[in-house]
Amino acid sequence: MRIAPPRGAARRSGERGNWRHILSILVENEAGALSRISGLFSARGYNIESLTVAPTEDPTMSRMTIVTIGSEDVIEQITKQLNKLVEVVKVVDLTEGNHIERELMLVKVRAAGKDRDEMKRLADIFRGRILDVTDKSYTIELTGTGSKLDAFLQAIEPGVILETVRTGASGIGRGERILRV
Amino acid sequence: MQLTGAEIVVRCLQEEGVEYVYGYPGGSVLNIYDELHKQEKVKHVLVRHEQGAVHAADGYSRSSQKTGVALVTSGPGVTNAVTGIATAYMDSIPLVVLSGQVPTHYIGQDAFQECDAVGITRPCVKHNFLVKDVKDLAATIKKAFYLAATGRPGPVLVDIPKDVTQAKTAFSYPRTVALRSYNPVTKGHSGQIKKAVQLLLEAKRPMVYAGGGVVLNNAAPQLTRLVRSLGYPCTTTLMGLGGFPGTDPQYTGMPGMHGTYETNMAMQHCDVLIAVGARFDDRVIGNPSHFFRADRKIIHIDIDPSSISKRVKVDVPIVGYVADVLDEMQKLIDGSPQRPDAAALKAWWAEIKEWQGKECLRYDRGSALIKPQFVVEKLYEITGGDAFITSDVGQHQMWAAQYYKFDQPRRWINSGGLGTMGFGLPAAMGVQMVNPGATVACVTGEASIQMCIQELSTCKQYHLPIKLVNLNNRYLGMVRQWQEFFYGNRYAESYVDALPDFVKLAEAYGHVGMKIEKPGDVEGALREAFKLKERLVFMDFITDQTENVFPMVPGGKGLTEMILAEEL
Repeated sequence: MRIAPPRGAARRSGERGNWRHILSILVENEAGALSRISGLFSARGYNIESLTVAPTEDPTMSRMTIVTIGSEDVIEQITKQLNKLVEVVKVVDLTEGNHIERELMLVKVRAAGKDRDEMKRLADIFRGRILDVTDKSYTIELTGTGSKLDAFLQAIEPGVILETVRTGASGIGRGERILRV
Repeated sequence: MQLTGAEIVVRCLQEEGVEYVYGYPGGSVLNIYDELHKQEKVKHVLVRHEQGAVHAADGYSRSSQKTGVALVTSGPGVTNAVTGIATAYMDSIPLVVLSGQVPTHYIGQDAFQECDAVGITRPCVKHNFLVKDVKDLAATIKKAFYLAATGRPGPVLVDIPKDVTQAKTAFSYPRTVALRSYNPVTKGHSGQIKKAVQLLLEAKRPMVYAGGGVVLNNAAPQLTRLVRSLGYPCTTTLMGLGGFPGTDPQYTGMPGMHGTYETNMAMQHCDVLIAVGARFDDRVIGNPSHFFRADRKIIHIDIDPSSISKRVKVDVPIVGYVADVLDEMQKLIDGSPQRPDAAALKAWWAEIKEWQGKECLRYDRGSALIKPQFVVEKLYEITGGDAFITSDVGQHQMWAAQYYKFDQPRRWINSGGLGTMGFGLPAAMGVQMVNPGATVACVTGEASIQMCIQELSTCKQYHLPIKLVNLNNRYLGMVRQWQEFFYGNRYAESYVDALPDFVKLAEAYGHVGMKIEKPGDVEGALREAFKLKERLVFMDFITDQTENVFPMVPGGKGLTEMILAEEL
């Protein structure tokens, strides 16, 4: 399974008729459900850009967000194949309508000397929060769409990035669009 | 009253009305075997290899429409069963496979005979379960039987750790199953059905293409009625043979890689194609972009939404049980004042007759060597077309499919999707057990038969009078054929040297063996063999080594780009 191809792949492949889709999946909170879903993607050669999963307010059910890239035909097949899995309760393609998408990133950067103030300013501009400080580094929390997080990373010098961790996208429909059983 | 997990397993099988469990004991399932031993309702059949157990359960199911059951031990028991499970999965056969597992507190510690059964089988089952608490056991087995047989059927594995078979709990077998996440759409959309009927009635060059779904859903009567009432040509895939009578004048033969010339031409040149429980797989339609035609409308009825528009875009998708959908269609057709366009249909049939004039299944009848096609034709004659025929995989399978005419569903038992050599003999055991007294023949080859030959011993133990028709050409025939056509006659490892003496082999297992070397002896040998109603007879036919299966659509080619016998 290819997890997380280079960022921006959605746009590039979009030119060939492939688009980035965000699938929201309600799934029984059972051992093995995650491997069934990830196994489906690898067995059938589908792409996973990111995958997040956690239980919902109903502890018997988890909600998963999968970001994937493919043509309309492939996305249709992915949706049908997911629906076929016995533990999958519901699948929605959020990108079919208005939706909100957020991702959380923690990034540890070198922050010493003259760069230290600049890094704080940059974090402020991106509405990041500094969670941890040492005399040489900051750990910054950022949320936003994937492209906003990409933009932050591009705005700082690659050399100062010590470590990044991203959750992958979570998404929810806007307004009255509700996904539940 | 408290029962042990092992007692619960047996009680569940009894509640499900299971007649036979095909299996092989081992450490993790000893408690279950002990309980099986104490009762007589559920009979256990001891195979000689777990692959055979699953194939036997599979053959049992295919020929009877009941769910097959296999029981294997942990570790190698499960891994040996995987080929059988994958075979059933590809052909949507309802099975429940019970596997033993090491005790729960050993799981993950590389215990003796431990393997991750749920992980290993995950991609080749409809669903699987690991039961960690005896309190869940009965409900899980109930779910397994329910999942296996409903919607698109398939194998379900239940992995049961040994300590769960020892632990005790109160037993009650649930009457019903409710799964919020599993609700297959079974009733076709009435608007879509109307559209489909309209398209069908307006067709000038219609073609009916029926697959394994017709057989699995017991929709052969509905299909036959519909096709006859319309007067349209009909083909059935390898998995659908018998779904429409093979001797009916409207039947045009199998489609696909080794389909008839007329069927492939009609599939390509029709203006309305209705696919009934078939999935447009690569062996049926060849190259999908060659198959595509903008001016042909396609109706597709299938229980599995993911089968629709997977390889070929369709115009009218209908998700539901094919039998019900066909019933609905019939009602609309019967109630409609509109009739098929008789003049157009006549012209279309004339075109098909012309294609039939190619006689694509003709072969040399004057040969001094035994032609494999001739053996199958004689087999058809002598069994009156009324036998259950199982097969393995390769040339012999195609000849059996081409030359034995199946008038009834569930008579042709083969591994279509996975293409599993070694399937035929163990499958025939399951068929014979659920159809005692019926004629069961396994058309096989000298290579395939050796992949599960050990089951001859099982046949002896349970007195199964299967007739083995071994088309022995001393080659992996289909491999040899591809090497002749596409690899410059370089027969890499396709010659089978050092074959056993099959007559002696059959005798060593306590059966009757025959070797037939001349065309003139074929009929007599078959007659003699089928007279021996109580015995398994192994007929070793020494056939023409260089005979090929025609027509043939080479891999990746278009459906109408066939190689015919006369062209070589």
